[in-house]
Amino acid sequence: MTTLEQSQQKSEVTHSPLEEEHRDVRMFGLATFLIADGMTFAGFFAAYLTYKAVNPLLPDAIYEVELPLPTLNTVLLLISSATFHRAGKALHNNQATKCQRWLLITAGLGLAFLASQMVEYFTLPFGLTDNVFASTFYALTGFHGLHVTLGTIMILIVWWQSRSPGGRITSQNTFPLEAAELFWHFVDGIWVVLFIILYLL
Amino acid sequence: MTISIPEKTNSPIGNLQPKGWFRYFSFSLDHKVIGLQYLVCGFIFYLIGGALASAIRIELTSPISDFVPRDVYNQILTLHGTIMIFLWIVPVVNGAFGNYLIPFYVGARDMAFPRLNAIAFWMIPPAGLLLISSYFINGSAQSGWTAYPPLSITTPAAGQLIWILSVLLLGGSSIFGGVNFIATILKLRRPGLKLMQMPMYCWAMLGTSILIVLSTPVLAGTLILLSFDIVAHTGFFNPSLGGNAVVYQHLFWFYSHPAVYIMVLPAFGLVSEILPVHSRKPLFGYSTMVYSIMTIVVLGFLVWAHHMFTSGTPPWMRLFFTIATSFIAVPTGIKFFNWVATLWGGKITLNSAMLFSCGFIVNFVFGGITGVALAQVPFDIHVHDTYFVVAHFHYIVYGGSVFVIFSSIYHWYPKFTGRMLNENLGRFHFALTFIGFNLCFAPQHWLGLNGMPRRVAEYDPQFQFVNQLSSIGALIMAISTLPFLWNAIHSAFKGSIAGDNPWAALTPEWLTSSPPPVENWDGPAPLVTKPYGYGVQTKEAETQSGNEPAINGDN
Amino acid sequence: MVLPKSSALIILLIVIGLVIGGTWIGQNINLLPIDASTNASVYDELFKVLFSIGAILFFGITGLVIYSLIRFRKKPGELGDGLPIADNLPLEVFWTAVPTIVILFVGLYSYDIYDRMGGMQKLQINQHDHSAMVSEQKIWGGIGTGSIEPTTQNKATSLPVEVTALQFAFLFHYPKGDILSGELHVPVGQPVSMRLESKDVIHAFWVPQFRIKQDIIPGQPTMLNFTPTKPGRYPIICAELCGPYHGGMRSSVIVEEPNKYQEWFNSNSKESLTES
Ligand code: HEM
Ligand SMILES: [Cu+2]
Ligand SMILES: [Cu+2]
Repeated sequence: MTTLEQSQQKSEVTHSPLEEEHRDVRMFGLATFLIADGMTFAGFFAAYLTYKAVNPLLPDAIYEVELPLPTLNTVLLLISSATFHRAGKALHNNQATKCQRWLLITAGLGLAFLASQMVEYFTLPFGLTDNVFASTFYALTGFHGLHVTLGTIMILIVWWQSRSPGGRITSQNTFPLEAAELFWHFVDGIWVVLFIILYLL
Repeated sequence: MTISIPEKTNSPIGNLQPKGWFRYFSFSLDHKVIGLQYLVCGFIFYLIGGALASAIRIELTSPISDFVPRDVYNQILTLHGTIMIFLWIVPVVNGAFGNYLIPFYVGARDMAFPRLNAIAFWMIPPAGLLLISSYFINGSAQSGWTAYPPLSITTPAAGQLIWILSVLLLGGSSIFGGVNFIATILKLRRPGLKLMQMPMYCWAMLGTSILIVLSTPVLAGTLILLSFDIVAHTGFFNPSLGGNAVVYQHLFWFYSHPAVYIMVLPAFGLVSEILPVHSRKPLFGYSTMVYSIMTIVVLGFLVWAHHMFTSGTPPWMRLFFTIATSFIAVPTGIKFFNWVATLWGGKITLNSAMLFSCGFIVNFVFGGITGVALAQVPFDIHVHDTYFVVAHFHYIVYGGSVFVIFSSIYHWYPKFTGRMLNENLGRFHFALTFIGFNLCFAPQHWLGLNGMPRRVAEYDPQFQFVNQLSSIGALIMAISTLPFLWNAIHSAFKGSIAGDNPWAALTPEWLTSSPPPVENWDGPAPLVTKPYGYGVQTKEAETQSGNEPAINGDN
Repeated sequence: MVLPKSSALIILLIVIGLVIGGTWIGQNINLLPIDASTNASVYDELFKVLFSIGAILFFGITGLVIYSLIRFRKKPGELGDGLPIADNLPLEVFWTAVPTIVILFVGLYSYDIYDRMGGMQKLQINQHDHSAMVSEQKIWGGIGTGSIEPTTQNKATSLPVEVTALQFAFLFHYPKGDILSGELHVPVGQPVSMRLESKDVIHAFWVPQFRIKQDIIPGQPTMLNFTPTKPGRYPIICAELCGPYHGGMRSSVIVEEPNKYQEWFNSNSKESLTES
């Protein structure tokens, strides 16, 4: 008996008919990656909260943030999550033009968010290097803004690809749209946490 | 990042890939090619890191700073630590063996995201070269692999920034790998293969990947903040600008303690594969092994401040982290007892793979014991940041992980190449490594206890003799690489033909040709539900009740 | 079980031998420098216990590995596999319980040691001995007064010293006589209460013979209390990488008889100079 025969006899090797059914794990992979991305934010939040707990001067004494603009931003992002959802639904129902419209609206909301964030940056009474709270504030909102920028670009790409009649994104191939949507919801969720921690607490 | 996810997961990658030796230098998507790329690339960095270690040990043969200038010494020290951790152990125990073995073990033809996999590998050589090249530009980083601010903010900026950039790249590569392993293990399992039937290395890699995905991003964020402090003069970690240097330490160790498990959990998994094969016995206590791994993963996140007992942390924090850290020894201990029980009553062949694995057990037990001692605040206060700690973690990362890497190379070389390594050279290699290693690091415990701090180029002359002893050990370790290198290169061409399954092993990678074809099996993927079913049939009659192999779990 | 019953006695004997041997090793092999503070003797107690437990475990497991490798070696020409034993619940419970108990014991014991070192005490700066500015600042951590009871009486007799670390030296300031010194002079038997602060990067204050160490962190003053017990000259070592000359960042602590210390104090004190 050769060693291979020997071992095959002992291990319970069964050769069942090939079941290579198409397993699409891309969404799973993306979700895992977003957990990782969320941990980066978690690190920043932890740093901010530690500074707040440990530093003798409370942030309020050092910097003053206005609430109206960030509240508007929160509303913008929350609505954009809903509009993105509508876009996805429309694609599933094979309503290409409707989908494109919702995508454009979502991208517009994203751009509006970025614009209003810029306005806030220019009107804030403190700069990046004024103190640790200011620095952490800019690091967090900046890192988040980077995500919004990326997300908006993704939306526009998805919109472009679902645009022409021969576009790659159809009700048959929804993954790019769904991926961008998951990413967008994630960015949205991070913002809510950020809003609570940076502005409300 | 979504861009890097391939469009089709199960595309017929084989046909488009380069063939022959050239594929090892190409952007191959074959998990086996990528695995070997990781291994060889890691080994080259190991040789570089080893050369730097030799420089350190030469400097330390005399109590004065005479071999290299003091700032160069700190650069060498920093490069050594960074290379050994981020370019040798992490990529090899995860990337190399993980990529090679995991698809076999779950019965898949490749990883979940082959293109992401290739990208993750190809981030490593540039990052490594970047790191090393910083030495020639303006001097590399010189604040240690921990890069504590404010020192890392005040040392020359160029080297520190390049260090940050390359660690970010390596961290990114590691995260991509982690995502890939989680998806492969959880989602690409062959139909019919249950979780509790997977070989133990899959569990180890699952646990490790969870650690990677949850902790590495925190390091990335921290290093980005550190780079702001250096470039933009923010004050996150700079007390003179209102920042807090200890916050960095918390964030850093939140990654870097899990990182030590990222280096050792896969090694635990590999040992669990090697011991049963060469002792011809089932892996003892499969389910307790699984629970131990997962307990270690959870506890691994709750112990980071044991590196900060002297950093002005409040008493309650010191106590909490003492207790949490001590308890990691329980699941770790279980694993060791299970391995010994795997040996017990076996039919052991004491070949090179086995020697290195058993060497690992002995060394790691030693390092684990000093680890539990270090976890006790009152004990640690004396020896923190001394050669005692240096000895502890080398027993763990060298005596542990590196021994396992060698063991694994001896074990899987026949599969990689289709040829056997020379046994006598392998045993000689083991003897030299084991003696050199213990001679190098055992005396360092005494040095630390008696007053030699770590990361110094000059020291009290009373320590000279023991340091020279340690340097002789290092020399033996350096020499021990030679028989191994010769063996590995020579046997690739002249070694005796291995055949498909030279060890008569039961795990799926052995149920195909050596080296395996591009998509792993010519026919359908085999379903192996009892990867450790040794002795089940031959000893059926003598088997007592309750001795069923523990592979019949649910899920 | 795999073992024949007759070997139970042998196992028992081996375990007893291990325990006795390990304990002997722990108690009799001395790896530490001399103990020159009240902390040090407490530390050495802990060290001996940990060393004993460690020796028992290490030799036990290593012995098992080596024994298995010899006893269960495949004989030449032998075919077939080992016993298909993959599980044994009582055994696994046993070796989960034993480490847990050992760990619990070690944890409680080291807590006790830490408490006796003064690690759990509230860190307070004696207001009379330090300037007002200092007492307002938060103190971050370190070790309290050790085995000496933290009564107000003892606080009053403790010798306050302000330690400043900078690349690459220690400076010791005695508020009482306004002495600035590069070396630390302390009288034997008197508690010393140090407040440590750094001017640049992180350093650490370590005296191996006292078994104590404390990081000196910029922006975060820390405390360290100790009571020297043996006269002599001991090294003060910086234990945190602080730059190229880190290895050379050393000083000395000179523990003297009280009268000799007083002499040194008088000859250096600015106050006594102005008085005379
Ligand atoms: C039984 C389990 C272990 C315990 C209880 C333990 C405990 C500790 C403690 C308390 C320290 C801090 C010492 C100090 O800096 O004062 C430490 C340092 C270290 N340990 Fe462990 N350890 C264990 C296992 C491991 C493992 C598995 C690894 C890696 C594979 C590891 C690698 C390290 C490293 C690299 C350091 C030094 C980090 C540095 O300062 O550069 N240890 N260990
Ligand atoms: Cu740790
Ligand atoms: Cu120093």
